[in-house]
Amino acid sequence: MSAFLRNTAFLLGLPLLLVLWWWWATIDSTNFFVPTPGELVTTFVDTWFGPRFWQDVLPSIGRLAAGLALAIVLGVAFGILIGSFKRLRQLLEPLLEFIRAVPPVVLVPLLMLLIGINDLMKVVVIVSGAIWPILLNTVEGVRATDEVQRDTCATYRIRGLNRLRYLTLPAASPQILAGVRQSLSIGLILMVISEMFGSSSGLGFTIVWFQRNFAIPEMWSGILVLGLIGLGLSVIFRVVERRILRWYHGLREVQRAS
Amino acid sequence: MESAPARAVARSEPGRRSPRRPGSGLGPLLGTAGILGFLLLWELVSLAGLVDTRFLPAPHTVLVRLVEYLRDLAFWRDVADTMTAWAIGLTISVVAATVLGFAIGSSRFLEHATRSTIEFLRPIPSVALIPLAVILFGVKIQSALLLIVYASFWQVLIQVIYGTKDVDPVAEATARSYGLNRWQRVRHVVWPTALPYLMTGIRLAATVALVLAITAELIIGTPGLGKQIGLTQSTGDVVGMYALIIATGLIGVGINFLARLVERKALAWHTSIRTDLVT
Repeated sequence: MSAFLRNTAFLLGLPLLLVLWWWWATIDSTNFFVPTPGELVTTFVDTWFGPRFWQDVLPSIGRLAAGLALAIVLGVAFGILIGSFKRLRQLLEPLLEFIRAVPPVVLVPLLMLLIGINDLMKVVVIVSGAIWPILLNTVEGVRATDEVQRDTCATYRIRGLNRLRYLTLPAASPQILAGVRQSLSIGLILMVISEMFGSSSGLGFTIVWFQRNFAIPEMWSGILVLGLIGLGLSVIFRVVERRILRWYHGLREVQRAS
Repeated sequence: MESAPARAVARSEPGRRSPRRPGSGLGPLLGTAGILGFLLLWELVSLAGLVDTRFLPAPHTVLVRLVEYLRDLAFWRDVADTMTAWAIGLTISVVAATVLGFAIGSSRFLEHATRSTIEFLRPIPSVALIPLAVILFGVKIQSALLLIVYASFWQVLIQVIYGTKDVDPVAEATARSYGLNRWQRVRHVVWPTALPYLMTGIRLAATVALVLAITAELIIGTPGLGKQIGLTQSTGDVVGMYALIIATGLIGVGINFLARLVERKALAWHTSIRTDLVT
């Protein structure tokens, strides 16, 4: 029980102190830019728990989910393809390194031109930025498959889908998930940015609209929403990762103990 | 924009440095062929008129424009603006994150107490701060710096905290029994342990900082390459836009190369880099 109390204290201690400090600092300030904690909470509830949730928050999250799902599927598929053939990998490696090095944001104006301003453009923007860490990490993971396991598979004539299911995918999964984790934050950033360009709905648009109209507490509450989405993504990812990679973490612990 | 801390150092492209593998001399050749093939495909697509040239100009026109830019002083002024923001932002976040990371990582109490706050603040996308930056600083360089520092700070901080926690207990105990004081232990035990992690953090942060510098320029309008890309887009100069996008990619490749070089130099003594070690 005391361990539980101590953990709770560690978990909430610093955040509580920070909020107290913030409350104390703004208690009798007339600073236009910084709302008081109470003000922010009421604005947050008023602004986001209403029609806005359905009009702006859900569509944004939907586009983000679609973009990330596509990026994961395409990234893993092409990554396994490229990683399995050495010549193909050598052919494409410098090209991929270059494309990866292009800051994904500059593709927004380009894709706006090519596709127009619509939902498809926003999803493509998210995919075009989020796919690279997954793709390159998958290539790396497939390449680093254990030699002995590979030979064993060859000896037992495990081929085709079975090989993919029982050798390639599990062997590459730690790398793939490391790539997915990078992609989550890139996808979120691109979701916001694609909505800041000539859009009329979505979180990115709404937050910029608040800022242009000097609705400062509303703007802060929008930043808070984005923060919560980011936090939610990382929590979901950690749960999924722990499930998929349970064997891997166990293996590492055994290796460390020996 | 973040990666698993422990693996990142050892992952420095193993395949390229193994001369014994047969046919590895073909690699660079094939890579060049890949890039040329891509350009050729692009040229063919635009020749065949599959995509309107207003949207996808022929690659040779883009490359010609890129060469023109390279001889243009205004282009280099934009590059200098972007790189200044990048360098200042990266320096601030690396220094701050290193100092804080060492402080947090070397105390169990601080590490426990700050964990929830760090885990909450880190996933907030830095672009969420764009409206705040605009209100506080307008189109000045400080806007870009705010975004760059916020995004790259966490990369380095997490790595440094992991690194300082990774100290070998035996080495620590040895240093204690030889009577090294706290400062000497940090200098001779903790610092060499954390350095590979720090280098990984800096390499990740360098890439992120470039992305955020360009983003700030494109969206807020602080001077630099990103602003220029926005201008070419709004004036319908598609060729110029493609040329500038390629330029940002080249800068990105350059930064990656530089970061790896620094990493290799600083860690020349470390087992993940040394090739003369037989394990």
